[in-house]
Amino acid sequence: MKNVDSKSHVRGESVYLDDVPLVQGTLYACVYDSPVAHGKLKNVQIEAAEKSEGVVKIILAKDLTGENEIGGILPDEPLLADTEVHFCGMPVAIVLAETEEQARAAAKKITSEIEPLEVVTEPRVAFAKNDLIVPPKHFKLGDAENAFKKCEYVFEGRAESNGQEHLYIETQGAYTLPTEHGGMRVFSSTQGPTAVQRAVSRVTALPMNLIEVDVTRLGGGFGGKEDQANAWAAICAVGTQLTKRPVKYALHRMEDMRMTGKRHPYSSDYKIGLNKDLKIIAYEATFYQNAGASADLSPPVLERTLFHCTNAYFVPNVSATAYSCRTNLPPNTAFRGFGGPQGMFVIESAIAHAAEKLNVPASEIQKKNLIQNGDEFPYGQKAESEAAASWTQADAKYDFAKLQANADEFNEQNKFIKKGVALQPICFGISFTKTPMNQARSLVHVYTDGSVAVSTGAVEMGQGVNTKMAQVASRVFSMPIERVKVHTTNTLRIANTSPTAASAAADLNGRATQIACETILQRLKEVAAPLVEAETPDDVSIENGFVFRNGESTNLDWLVLVNEAHMQRVSLSEHSHYATQGINFDWSVAKGHPFAYHVYGTAIVGVTVDCLRGVYEVDYVKCCHDFGTSMNTSVDYGQIEGGIVQGIGWMTMEEVVFDADGRLRSNALSTYKIPDIYSVPREIDILPLETDRENLAIFNSKAVGEPPLMYGLGAYFAIREAVKAFNAENSPGFDAPFTAEKVLMNLYTGKAEKIGKELKNPEPAGNGSG
Amino acid sequence: MIKFILNNQTIETDLPKGTTVLDFVRYHKNLKGTKIGCREGDCGACTILVGELSDDSVNYRSQTSCLMPLANARGKHIVTVEGINKTGDELTAVQKAMVDESGTQCGFCTVGFVMSLTGFCVDETEKNSEMAVSSIDGNICRCTGYKSIERAAENIKCQISDTGEQKSSLETAIEKDIVPEYFSGIKEKLENLKSEISDSGNRKSQIANRKFFVGGGTDLYVQRHDEMVYAPAENLFDDSDLRRIEENGEFIEVGASATVTDLLVSPIFQRVFPKFYKHLKLVSSTPIRNMATLAGNFVNASPIGDMTAWFMALDASIVLSGDRELHLREFYLGYKQLAKTDDEFITKIRFRKDFNHFNFEKVSKRTYLDISSVNSAISLKVEDDKIKEAHVSAGGVAPIPLYLEKTSRFLRGKEIEEETISGAIEILQSEISPISDVRGSETYKRLLLQQLFTAHFVELFGYQPNLI
Repeated sequence: MKNVDSKSHVRGESVYLDDVPLVQGTLYACVYDSPVAHGKLKNVQIEAAEKSEGVVKIILAKDLTGENEIGGILPDEPLLADTEVHFCGMPVAIVLAETEEQARAAAKKITSEIEPLEVVTEPRVAFAKNDLIVPPKHFKLGDAENAFKKCEYVFEGRAESNGQEHLYIETQGAYTLPTEHGGMRVFSSTQGPTAVQRAVSRVTALPMNLIEVDVTRLGGGFGGKEDQANAWAAICAVGTQLTKRPVKYALHRMEDMRMTGKRHPYSSDYKIGLNKDLKIIAYEATFYQNAGASADLSPPVLERTLFHCTNAYFVPNVSATAYSCRTNLPPNTAFRGFGGPQGMFVIESAIAHAAEKLNVPASEIQKKNLIQNGDEFPYGQKAESEAAASWTQADAKYDFAKLQANADEFNEQNKFIKKGVALQPICFGISFTKTPMNQARSLVHVYTDGSVAVSTGAVEMGQGVNTKMAQVASRVFSMPIERVKVHTTNTLRIANTSPTAASAAADLNGRATQIACETILQRLKEVAAPLVEAETPDDVSIENGFVFRNGESTNLDWLVLVNEAHMQRVSLSEHSHYATQGINFDWSVAKGHPFAYHVYGTAIVGVTVDCLRGVYEVDYVKCCHDFGTSMNTSVDYGQIEGGIVQGIGWMTMEEVVFDADGRLRSNALSTYKIPDIYSVPREIDILPLETDRENLAIFNSKAVGEPPLMYGLGAYFAIREAVKAFNAENSPGFDAPFTAEKVLMNLYTGKAEKIGKELKNPEPAGNGSG
Repeated sequence: MIKFILNNQTIETDLPKGTTVLDFVRYHKNLKGTKIGCREGDCGACTILVGELSDDSVNYRSQTSCLMPLANARGKHIVTVEGINKTGDELTAVQKAMVDESGTQCGFCTVGFVMSLTGFCVDETEKNSEMAVSSIDGNICRCTGYKSIERAAENIKCQISDTGEQKSSLETAIEKDIVPEYFSGIKEKLENLKSEISDSGNRKSQIANRKFFVGGGTDLYVQRHDEMVYAPAENLFDDSDLRRIEENGEFIEVGASATVTDLLVSPIFQRVFPKFYKHLKLVSSTPIRNMATLAGNFVNASPIGDMTAWFMALDASIVLSGDRELHLREFYLGYKQLAKTDDEFITKIRFRKDFNHFNFEKVSKRTYLDISSVNSAISLKVEDDKIKEAHVSAGGVAPIPLYLEKTSRFLRGKEIEEETISGAIEILQSEISPISDVRGSETYKRLLLQQLFTAHFVELFGYQPNLI
């Protein structure tokens, strides 16, 4: 089953924000944003801009009708800077003009006077100043402190992981139209229509029932449009409110990169203790999250770092603490994995560190410590584990020992090209960790021509959720998928939605859709029973457009039945609600059962490093992945391939660079590189895990959005192995991404004096391998 | 007034000639299939096909419409996805391959891939897997991880290769449902258009008054996007006099407006540079190579210009309007400062072809479609195991594209051996002054350049450095 949008995608007929037909009188917005990362905003000079051709209005903080606040979790994020600026790129003024060109030209004429304040870009610096977004979070299992005393081996070190730019190819944007009674219709490129509705309501002081948010689809989201789409919609909404005209703002790429937050960088300390059998007995981790200037989604991201701090391993004694540190960067935000990958990178670093010191392959430690059925995660949930199963099945197909032996043999024979191999198990919990968010609604209509329309709270952004929703309706009604249309995500049709995030949209909205369709189906069966002389509705089934009685076909078809129901005044519509059962979490003790289920998998990653030039290629990623039972393999395999490549990008070439003044240096596609077609693994092989375990996913088809990204971690450790194969004396630090620069510097750490007398011996590129 | 064929229609526009084709098709012609991703030629979401008369056929190449001024569309066939779509909801063969292989997820980059792959089909390139993938090397996708798109490229390649018939790519593409039937009539339309437009005679005098010249626009539209629309520019891209590539005695001469792709398909360059494709593949991407001119690369004066490093190592000369000739290495006075007056423009590049070894090395954060951290090129004339002539260049290690004068001199008369190379490296380190920036630290760039310098000898002579 192909993505239902494929045909319109390839013909260029799918509609994104910038394709929405414009209404006459539309104004264009452009933001003047702070050129300084931290300071007191003394004044803003807008006179020249006001006189600029085509300018209709310039809006400052003082002009807002409602609150100057868009923070979703904490009220700490003004829409427009008022008295202080907190990051480079913070919106200060909104220019509205008759054309986009005029708006942009006028925005360039605005200047401001800002008295500089100290700029903090590093989380540990913010921590030292006790500048935290929320109080620290802590997870504890067993007694780590005492357990370390009993460990045969204890290793400590530091691991750094950098941020990641979402680089959805469609930039952020919004388009607002005035509607009657002072309301407005908002087109937004957002993963969270309700979040946009709330933000617009807040800054305009309009009640939510006057604000319609409509989302057709996104040209990529990856978490970057979960909360960060709010500002642009709020900006347009304020413009519409103050001018009574439609307002559009589709950001240019450099504006988007400069003004929006990214994946959180983390600086972390770890301490790992093993017994002589290489069982991990104790693990301690301290995470310093670089939250940026305001909370945004940092608190739940921080929590998920803790939830995944032991990845797919069982450790009986864990102590993990996480600090969300306020810095003068754009507020960092959700990004596929949501803090999980950052937590997992640290324990993988700790294991690699231990393996190196103990002179054993990291895979030996990994394998020995995989979480088993019934083992407890540090947050109290018991594992229904597929960790060992995915490892074993992957090993059976791919033969880890042989792949490693091939690399070793190659390295023996080649002086300047080295191969590295790493194993990467993953375990990722599915559900919003904030339990109340695990609810969804679906509105299903059957029309009198027999066609079906479905609306849910899920936003289509390439992950195929609309395809899955259509599949649900098609399966329940037993009708061709072409007869089902999944409509835009709209707050008038579906209210109070959770964002499309946490890999959970298909589960939550799919279940709600299933309930709605089944409810209508039941009504239709009740109508059909007397018509086909069945004793009870339970004797009736509908298959491929016809009514069956006790499994035998009748002459009654779908179209006639639907019309008969309508004539009998039976509702052909249903609005259903679904809430995940059995999940809970109590932060007062940091224990509970937060996840509906976990997704497991094991990948083996192989790379080749050119030790002359310090560049590398990923040869293969082969994984055994836990789909449950995939309801759409072409969608799900696509999610895995895409996730792997995004994870590899984060671990290798994608380098977010801020200077000490908090200015983004990697501010365009020319300076921030994401994988192109030549930099992806030569081979990606996916083996579906064989399992007959039941789960809470829609049709047993487990969530697939986020987990595969974490296979990409393996690329870091594989490159590290290859570097060590060339330079055995070096112990490269754990400092992702492993850019070409870090690779070359690590290849020649301690060697450089032999090749160039002018060149100083390079410093180790990483730090703190302990 | 600019006149050209847009899809199946000849049109005229009096919009400023600096308007990008992207803005024109999206906002003036309401052709919304062409997407905006970055406006700097780095994502390929806005890829279109540009058909141009060449000898007896129409030659189609993919270009990023965000960097293409309307002026450069004059007299050509501009093809957007709407121009290849079939009626109803039928798909072309390329579109079908993308759907069949699940090569589309969010869909925003998809049209760019469709256009690039369509370009591969209609272009007279070799129809092999390598060139199929090469055609989409300028298209970025954030969703799929590319594997499905690779499969789509392979799928479409299989459909058009080995047809066993002597047909042009375009004829095959029409027959195989890749482009619509109307493409067969475009040649005649373009010829009519050509005779209608025909260059005005007093072009030289027009140019004489200009001080701002635009070639392919691939950097100007990135750096100075907002001002380019109304810039009083003289567009040199389509001046056929400026695009010739010919041999002239000891020399090879290249018109200043020749694009990187023009070099790539030139039999002369293919003969003189044995690993031509492998090296040029490192330089930007297919659509940008289709647009970027040599002179543009030179006058841009970027210290990391790949083609500048390349031609400097050939000890090339440039001929400026007014027939002044100087060595390319003498062209750079300081950061972005050129040895030319405002009204001078480059007309020709020439270099001696008697070197017998040439190599180009480049390392960037991402191997392809990226700007160099450091690059280097070398040409050598080796006779009787001795280096008779040597020219070495390096980019990214100084405020200007650097000709390594002392290193080059040191190499002359030496044999290719450990001592020569380590001696040269020592000199090379004294000639450069890299700074730390987003493309790497100073220390890294120093180490990297000596690695790349060593790599020249590894590549050319199988030299085995003793680095450990």
